[in-house]
Amino acid sequence: MDVKTVRSKFPILDQEVNGHPLVYLDSAATSQKPQQVIDAVEDYYKRYNSNVHRGVHTLGSLATDGYEGAREKVRGFINAKSMEEIVFTRGTTTAINTVAASYGRANVKQGDEIVITPMEHHSNIIPWQQLAKSTGATLKYIPLKEDGTIDLNDVEETVTENTKIVSVMHVSNVLGTINPVKEIAEIAHKNGAVMVVDGAQAVPHMKVDVQALDADFYAFSGHKMCAPTGIGVLYGKKKLMKNMEPVEFGGEMIDFVGLYDSTWKELPWKFEGGTPIIAGAIGLGAAIDFLEEIGLENIKQHEQKLADYAIAQLKDIDGVTVYGPEKRAGVVTFNCDDVHPHDVATVLDAEGVAVRAGHHCAQPLMKWLDVTATARASFYLYNNEEDVDAFVKALIKTKEYFGDVFG
Amino acid sequence: MSLGNQLDTLYRQVIMDHYKNPRNRGEIEGDSLKVNMNNPTCGDRIQLQMQVEDGKIANAKFVGEGCSISLSSASMMTQAVKGLPVEDALKLSGIFSDMMLGKDYTEGDFDLGDIEALQGVAKFPARIKCATLAWKAMEKGLDEEKDEDSE
Repeated sequence: MDVKTVRSKFPILDQEVNGHPLVYLDSAATSQKPQQVIDAVEDYYKRYNSNVHRGVHTLGSLATDGYEGAREKVRGFINAKSMEEIVFTRGTTTAINTVAASYGRANVKQGDEIVITPMEHHSNIIPWQQLAKSTGATLKYIPLKEDGTIDLNDVEETVTENTKIVSVMHVSNVLGTINPVKEIAEIAHKNGAVMVVDGAQAVPHMKVDVQALDADFYAFSGHKMCAPTGIGVLYGKKKLMKNMEPVEFGGEMIDFVGLYDSTWKELPWKFEGGTPIIAGAIGLGAAIDFLEEIGLENIKQHEQKLADYAIAQLKDIDGVTVYGPEKRAGVVTFNCDDVHPHDVATVLDAEGVAVRAGHHCAQPLMKWLDVTATARASFYLYNNEEDVDAFVKALIKTKEYFGDVFG
Repeated sequence: MSLGNQLDTLYRQVIMDHYKNPRNRGEIEGDSLKVNMNNPTCGDRIQLQMQVEDGKIANAKFVGEGCSISLSSASMMTQAVKGLPVEDALKLSGIFSDMMLGKDYTEGDFDLGDIEALQGVAKFPARIKCATLAWKAMEKGLDEEKDEDSE
């Protein structure tokens, strides 16, 4: 993988921020977009903008082809069996909420259990909290090991015959932990539960095969994988989804509408009420083409190399704590002495280095780490070793700067 | 060492002094008005405790976690409002809000003192919420106090 060529495809990276070349290390929050994705969206608006699934006219057909063509690309990308299993959503949050509101409300009752982990993003906690509250079910947590990984024995202990749903993130947005979701799915299935996977931090960075994982539901967002914001995917096994009720009702998702009763379209459209996210889906299709051209395995290796390179240098800086396991995805979460992560991020920004500071939408995990907040550098295919060097240099400056103002 | 004037306008010596040695950090003994305020995007949280007697803020203290800007601002705020009539404290909060928005403000009869050191925050939009956290807590607390009195 030639990073220089990859970088050149991202126009946004070619700029200075606060007088320094931009070093963008916040891709876990959202990734940057390559020219070909920007072009695909522009092309749709300039050449064939039209609503889908209805117009008899030529532009309507082109738009429908673009939208449904993107669905087929997503299907292939995650190796789903059929296009009926691919629902376009606004993002991971909407996808998980759809599972909780539709499958959850119909299948979870008082006395049942929903099992998650303390490392989850808020989007994979709160929908289940709400479901538990409204049904009288119990929300249970698989405990984490000291290094921020999951022990399958603990999964065996936590998941019982009363468990109806197990929902776990594939890759942690804070610790970078890659969770054994295939093995967790096996335990869930053995107990008669369905397995939901939050794949927001996995699909952009590694090859994901939903059939090999045997996930019942798998959710992810386009904007973290070079696509526009506002588009995401809910994958669900057909045998489950065909029996599920829609969550949003209105245009686009209906078959027949009477005065007092209506019927729904087939899968996947019954879950896509309203005019869909056409430009977003087309952008997602272009992003998938882009990522497949480079190769997910190459991307994964490149990011792990950068994470290892960064961690090796951070360990040499006195007072820097790195959180998370040894083996991890391209996410490095850290704290620097007593300097608050906000202050770290502000000083890094003055050097052109963009990192995230805060609780990363994972307040229960912050509590588990016993910190109020952390800073996080996250890598993607366009980052290189010079980015890491600039980041480490800026971090050393930050320490010196606060050493001075404190001193 | 300096990272340039811009940063130095944010991290003024007096701010770092309040951060390192916060004034009025701790709990008020006995009854007090307690307001919890979070900055949900970043996890900063403070609890402001106030005693209002005869229309004046007799005492103000805070506990919590946060960055240098939010904690130093809480320290300065409690220092400034202690002893002030409620009405004046709210006026001062309005002046502070204008300062954060980069608007012209007039000190009037107030002595802003250390608070003026926070002026530089206006140039860092991402940090304005840190600086206003404690002030918002104070406004909320006084507002609740007013509602209770009128009941």
